[in-house]
Amino acid sequence: MAFDTYLLKRADFIFKDEEDWKNILTRTLKLPPNAIINELMSSELKGRGGAGFPTGLKWKLTAEAPGNEKYIICNADEGEPGTFKDREILTLVPHKVLTAMAVCAHVIGAQQGYIYLRGEYKYLVEQLNQAIDEFHTICQSLGCQFTIRIFLGSGAYICGEETALFESMEGKRGEPRNKPPYPTQVGYKNCPTVINNVETLAHAFTIFKYGAKKFYDLGVQYSRGSKLFSVSGDTPKPGIYELELGMSLEDFVNEFGDGDTKAVQVGGASGFLVPRKKFKATAIGYKGKLSGISLPTGGSMMLFNSSRSMYNVLDNYLEFFREESCGQCTPCRVGCQQLYQGIKAVKRGEKPAGYLDKLLKLTETMKLTAKCGLGQSVANSFSSIVENFREEMIY
Amino acid sequence: MNPINDLIKQLTEQHGRKRESLLPILQGVIEQEKYLSEYAMIEIARAMDLPTAEVYGTATFYSFMEHRKAGTYIIRVCKTITCSMKGKNQILQTIEDMLKISLGETTPDGRFSLLQTNCLGWCHKAPAMLINDEVFTDLTPEKVREILKTFLQTTQN
Ligand SMILES: Cc1cc2nc3c(=O)[nH]c(=O)nc-3n(C[C@H](O)[C@H](O)[C@H](O)COP(=O)(O)O)c2cc1C
Ligand code: SF4
Ligand code: FES
Repeated sequence: MAFDTYLLKRADFIFKDEEDWKNILTRTLKLPPNAIINELMSSELKGRGGAGFPTGLKWKLTAEAPGNEKYIICNADEGEPGTFKDREILTLVPHKVLTAMAVCAHVIGAQQGYIYLRGEYKYLVEQLNQAIDEFHTICQSLGCQFTIRIFLGSGAYICGEETALFESMEGKRGEPRNKPPYPTQVGYKNCPTVINNVETLAHAFTIFKYGAKKFYDLGVQYSRGSKLFSVSGDTPKPGIYELELGMSLEDFVNEFGDGDTKAVQVGGASGFLVPRKKFKATAIGYKGKLSGISLPTGGSMMLFNSSRSMYNVLDNYLEFFREESCGQCTPCRVGCQQLYQGIKAVKRGEKPAGYLDKLLKLTETMKLTAKCGLGQSVANSFSSIVENFREEMIY
Repeated sequence: MNPINDLIKQLTEQHGRKRESLLPILQGVIEQEKYLSEYAMIEIARAMDLPTAEVYGTATFYSFMEHRKAGTYIIRVCKTITCSMKGKNQILQTIEDMLKISLGETTPDGRFSLLQTNCLGWCHKAPAMLINDEVFTDLTPEKVREILKTFLQTTQN
């Protein structure tokens, strides 16, 4: 099959100033829940927090779940290294997120919503609370009793994992729960809960305003719509860019690289490192019909040029995981330590090069046995770095 | 009575005594005191009718909940990959030289503590650091010296 790469295409929805958002809110709240769910489903919007679950389906399952008390929570924990887009959304267009939360509340039957904001963004609380106050006044004038509150985190990456986030909001250690049951059935305070990434909610607003088709027409099959990318590292133009999904990594590097790009980390420390020779064969989007390798991403794109040591990169990630592992389950708690010590031992010559293969097997075990996405995804960056840059790990 | 008891009383009245209020209450104490003393944790447990071990176990989970005495200004320098590549070590060195403390220490006058932290969400403007809740980005040694100077001046008065 011919390799159908797609060109990098810019989009401009998320940060567009929509002065008529109050009308969109009024208009959408009048629609029956089913119509809203159908619109979201036909847009094929998938979660922008990393896992890519269809948003319409998430709202539908929560709406159908038995229970009188339900919640909508906006996940603004944004802790993945290399991600900084949610902060920008909450700074520039908070009313889009709040509108989508109110519409979700209407669909699932919730009275209360929360924004779980990472402690690192505490400086945003004041202006965000102003936006929320203004929003409440408008909701009340529409006869809608829904209210939103900010819940502040305190410096723990794992609290971005949805069930750890509920634990944290319940006043406990941020330790992930077993899944299933999923949040749509058993979430915050054991009630059915929709938890969505900030950007997912902002896209929902675009769909309410412009209709599902406009969104669906962007991107490629199985990866519809646009996505914000947080671009950092060795690039002449670091920043936040809205691009259509489905582009090839080669195109991306042509646009954002510094002419000497050696590798790109797609999806943050828990994502994959792609070496130069695989740029052409890699596309950015959800798994599906894209030929070649398709990598979903929360939007973190970190570029490395040839002056960078991939050993140092991996060492930095492993230090991150070792510190941020909640320590609840053995494969992850011990595994992260072993990987961190292990690559140092190989580098210092205390262990033979073949020890790297043992470590690779360890990451496979972690993928299968760790309780949550943190421990399961350490294998992604570890194997993609060790397999592609083995010499740099040894010498 | 220790003034911290007044603060805890005020916070429990504001947020309620349910378990869901524990984080906001701990955060409220930290905002005032910069850290959670053993005494504060015992008193919070008493006020909320929780085992002290639960309060301690929860508080120590979160990296922004200091339980060792910390300075009025807590400096947290980002050490994750992009900041690391863009000169984090020089930033740390500059701060250490200026305040005459090492990483993890507090100045003898109790004004500044120097810590590292993970990705702050400002990688496109790396290197970055927090001083209490305020963010500083695109740091260079010169810029850091200027920033610290203003903090040193304001705290002297
Ligand atoms: C370790 C870990 C950290 C996560 N951090 C975040 C985060 O900071 N923000 C976020 O939206 N989702 C994060 N997620 C994904 C959430 O668990 C969840 O899938 C997401 O909030 C769902 O929203 P969406 O469907 O709109 O993407 C994280 C997952 C894991 C395993
Ligand atoms: S995989 Fe890691 S972060 Fe997840 S529950 Fe286990 S120890 Fe905690
Ligand atoms: S790596 Fe320092 S702000 Fe992201």
